[in-house]
Parts: sequence; structure tokens; C-alpha cells
Amino acid sequence: MEEATRAAVAARARERAWRGLWVPLLFLLPATLLVSLFYLLPVATTLYLSFTDISTVTFRNPQWVGWENYRDLVRDPFLGRILGNTARYVSLTLAFNIGVGLLLALLTSHVPERAGNPVRALWLLPRILPPVVYVLIWQGLTRESPFGLVSNVVGVSRNWITAEPWTVIVLANGMVGASFGMLLFTSAIRSIPADLFYAAAVDGATAWQTVRRVILPLLRWPLLFATAYQTLSLLTSFEYILLLTDGGPGFYTTTVWSLHAYKLALSNYFGNVQFGMGAAMAAVLVVVGVVVSVLYLRLFNFKALVGEPKIEVN
Amino acid sequence: MPLLPVRWRWLVASGFLLCAPIVAGMAWLVLTALFDRVHGLVPAGPLAPENWAFVGSPSVGGRPPAVVALLNSVLFSFAVAAVAIVVASMAAYAISCLHFPGRSLYLAVVLVLHAFPAVSLLIAIFYILRVLGLFDTLVGVILVKTALELPLGIWLMKGFFDFLSWEMEMAALVDGMSRWGVFWKVALPMVRPGLLALGTFALLSAWGEFILPFTLIVSSRSWTLATYLQSFLTEAFTDFGMVAAVGLFYALPVLVLFGLGQRYLLNLYGGGVKG
Repeated sequence: MEEATRAAVAARARERAWRGLWVPLLFLLPATLLVSLFYLLPVATTLYLSFTDISTVTFRNPQWVGWENYRDLVRDPFLGRILGNTARYVSLTLAFNIGVGLLLALLTSHVPERAGNPVRALWLLPRILPPVVYVLIWQGLTRESPFGLVSNVVGVSRNWITAEPWTVIVLANGMVGASFGMLLFTSAIRSIPADLFYAAAVDGATAWQTVRRVILPLLRWPLLFATAYQTLSLLTSFEYILLLTDGGPGFYTTTVWSLHAYKLALSNYFGNVQFGMGAAMAAVLVVVGVVVSVLYLRLFNFKALVGEPKIEVN
Repeated sequence: MPLLPVRWRWLVASGFLLCAPIVAGMAWLVLTALFDRVHGLVPAGPLAPENWAFVGSPSVGGRPPAVVALLNSVLFSFAVAAVAIVVASMAAYAISCLHFPGRSLYLAVVLVLHAFPAVSLLIAIFYILRVLGLFDTLVGVILVKTALELPLGIWLMKGFFDFLSWEMEMAALVDGMSRWGVFWKVALPMVRPGLLALGTFALLSAWGEFILPFTLIVSSRSWTLATYLQSFLTEAFTDFGMVAAVGLFYALPVLVLFGLGQRYLLNLYGGGVKG
């Protein structure tokens, strides 16, 4: 008798728990479906394809080849150049992004809002402008004389994208990315108590000393965050390089890792695209991406972000 | 608040210098689109309305009509924004206001994906769309772009739902409204600023999106303005007057939004939009 009641109670509790689960499941269903299909499945697919010989010819029937793509990758005589280009691209653009972002934040937060806001807004433009339009503007400004503004100002008639591809790539990418740091650092500077600045002024600190000894130490976390976040996104981004130089001029001059992977797998200039090889290069990025993003989560304090919901009725 | 003892002249000069390239770029785009020839930033020819002939032209060099690309772009961006808003809100509501096992794991995955650079998945996405038969369709690109917007969207909306006062929800539930009804009629109207923020983000991001349609769409009838404009950039002899006009035409909605709501956009991209 008692046994039966207990069983009934347990059954009812289970039923209620199930009914309680239904609602969240339905709410989560569309997002879960889309994220699984275009995030989680692609991660697995990238890894799987990187172990096959898939190409235009074998697209329907790829064969498992184990580590062969990776072995080929390591033996590629251009690997060194591509790695060098990637390091150059990431480090120079990052330096520009953080440096100019910091400079803009410092400048605009020490003038009245009316002057500071338009400057910040203007720097947001490269980021919200469609990338193709942005690159079109770069192409127009870097043309030969008498059309190109850069040629006219410098006094040397050149197509600057082919003459100085790296400078253009770093500047073009940097001007898009600088607003990220700028906005982050601006709000961080704003949250510094004014007392600190008055104290520094009373002690006779110069502008440089105030920046170096008061502001920068307090910006340690935003600086670290911007650096970490942008390193990862620069490592995998190739949109502006593709549009500006398409990896050239000449042979692999500005080809970075992610662009090379993309072109191996998806550009059909060579007729038979090496899909598996491209997937192997992408897989390296995917693994780096997953590891680094999980590290961020650890670093930037996950627990505090996940509070329990207050209401418990379904 | 002048926090630093800085010389004003120096400050103004550097501010001016820092903004000069962007102003010059925008001026170049507008001038080149309007005039026959532009040397640097100085018009060297008469006004050239013929730069804008592409708008009415049935086809420029074998391309689809610009109107088709425009309609595709509008369809693409609004579909992405609409689906992202609904799907992200539903998930964020569940994470924020409902209880289920694995909740914090779900949020952890969303956060990791938010930091994870999705471009590196492009090769696999290409393959998956081929397998699903969605390659070279606008629907396929819309689904992919929406999925890529979701981690940001869920994260953003969760922030808004977290600040929802639950007395209203509680009252509606006690009165016998279903969770679904509460979500649509009580919760969503209260997070309108969040919906606006996510909508703006998604619209801007989809409107500018280039790599996805460039990679996942082949047929020119499904081109968006991004691929339409890009097809001019790779030509051997670019007619910069016309291409600048196409570019300005494409960027115009963004520029109008920028002109009207720069304060809002600054808050938005600075992460300052709160419920």
C-alpha cells in the first residue's frame, strides 16, 4: 500500500518534471537546431573532411586518408611564407588596433562630449560600412595620379595597393578594428574616479605621467580583453585581404593562413579544388579557436555571468 | 571633464589628423559618384548623372539588374534580422527565465561560440549546404547568417530578460496564461530596447555581409548588393564613376542610419544599450 503510494507520487513527480521540461525545450528548439547545424556540425565536419582526400573529383565519394593532408601541409614549401605573413598580419594590425583605439579613447574622453562623440562616431563608420564599399574607397584613394588622393599627396604616382600591399592591408584592417578598442577603453576611462586625476594633477603629474601611471594600469583588463579577442578574430579573418589584394600581388605575397585555406577549398581557379587540404588548414584554426574561446571563458569569469532564474513556475 | 593637463591646440590637431582619412574616404565616394572625373578630391569634370544609369538599366555587362540585387539584399537582411530576433529571444527567455537541467552548460556553449570565429567554419558550411541541397539558394545563406548571429543575439537578449521584473510574469501565469502567451504578450514587449538593438546589429551585419553570399551563391539572380558591387571591382578597367555610384547606392541606408542615430550606434557597439 505504502509502496504503491510512493510509486504513484514518484510517477507524478516524474510527469511534472517532464512537463516542466517540455516548455524550455520548445523555446530552445529553433536556436539549438540552427546552432547545431551551422556551428557544431561544421566543427565536426571540418575535422572529418581534413582526414579525407575530398576534392572536386572525389566530392561525392571521399576516401579516408588519415593524416596525409596534415603531412602534406607540413611539407608544403610555402608554409613558412604563409606562417610569416599570418604573424605579420596579426601582429601589425593588432598593434594598430590597440594603439589607435587607445589614442582615440584618450583624446576623445578629455574633450567635451560635443567634440568627442562625433570623432568616435566617425571612427565607427569603417566598421558599419559594407566591407565591399570600404574596399572600393581604398581602391579609389590609392590609384595612380591624377586620380588617387594618396598619389597626389605623396607626389609619387603609384597604385599603392600593388606597391605597398602590406601597409594598405594593415591600415585598412586596422581602421575597421580600432573602434572596438576605442569604445571599450572609453567606457573604462569614464569609470575611473575623477579623484585620481585631481590627485595626479595636484602632485604635478604631466599628461604622459598621468596616462602611464594612472590610466594604463587601470585599463589592464580591457587591454587584455581587446588583445585576446582581436588576436583570435584576426587570425581567422581574411575578408579585407581577399577584397584588397586577393593574396597577391605576385606569389602569396599577402596570403595568410585563413585565406590560403579558403582558396584551397573554395576558389576554383585551379579547376580541381583541394577541399580536404583546405579543411586541414581550417581544422587547425578551428581547434585553436575552440581552445582559445574556452580559455577566454575561464579568464573572463563565467560564473558571475550565469545567475539562476528567479521564477520557478512553468 | 578635462582630466589631463593637455595643450588644446595639440589635442585638436591630432583629433583632426585622426579623422582626416575617414572624411577623405567618404568625400571621395560621394564626389566620384557624382562627377565625371575626380582628381584626388577635386572634381575635374562636369556632373555625371550617367554614373547612375545602372539603377534603371536592365543589365550592366551581363549582370542581373541592380534592382534584383537590391531586393535580394533587402530580403536577406530583413529575413536574417527577423529570424534572429525571434529565435534568439526564445532561447534567451528560456535561459533567463526558465529552469532546466544543463542550463549553465547551454549558456557556456553560447558564450564560447560568441568568441569563436565562425569564418573558420566556412569550408564545412559550404559542404553541409551542398549536402542539404541549400547551396546557391538565398534561403541557405539566410539560415547560415542567422545561425552565426545567434550567439551574440542570445547573449544580448539574455541580458535584457535578466532585468525583467518577474512580478508581471508571475501575475500573468497565475491568471492562467501559458508560458508561450507570457513570452509573446508580457515578456517581449518589455524588452523592446533589446529587440531594437539586436535588430539593428543583425540588419547592419547582414546588409554588409560579403563572404557568405560570395561563397555560397553562384547564380547571379541570387546576388546581393555586396556580390553585385564586388563583380565590378575585379574588372580590368574599372569605371570608377559608375562603381562609386553603385557603392554609394549600396551604402546609402547605412549612411542614413549613421546620420540619424550615431549616438545610438555608439552606445550599441560600445555595449551600452541596457533595458
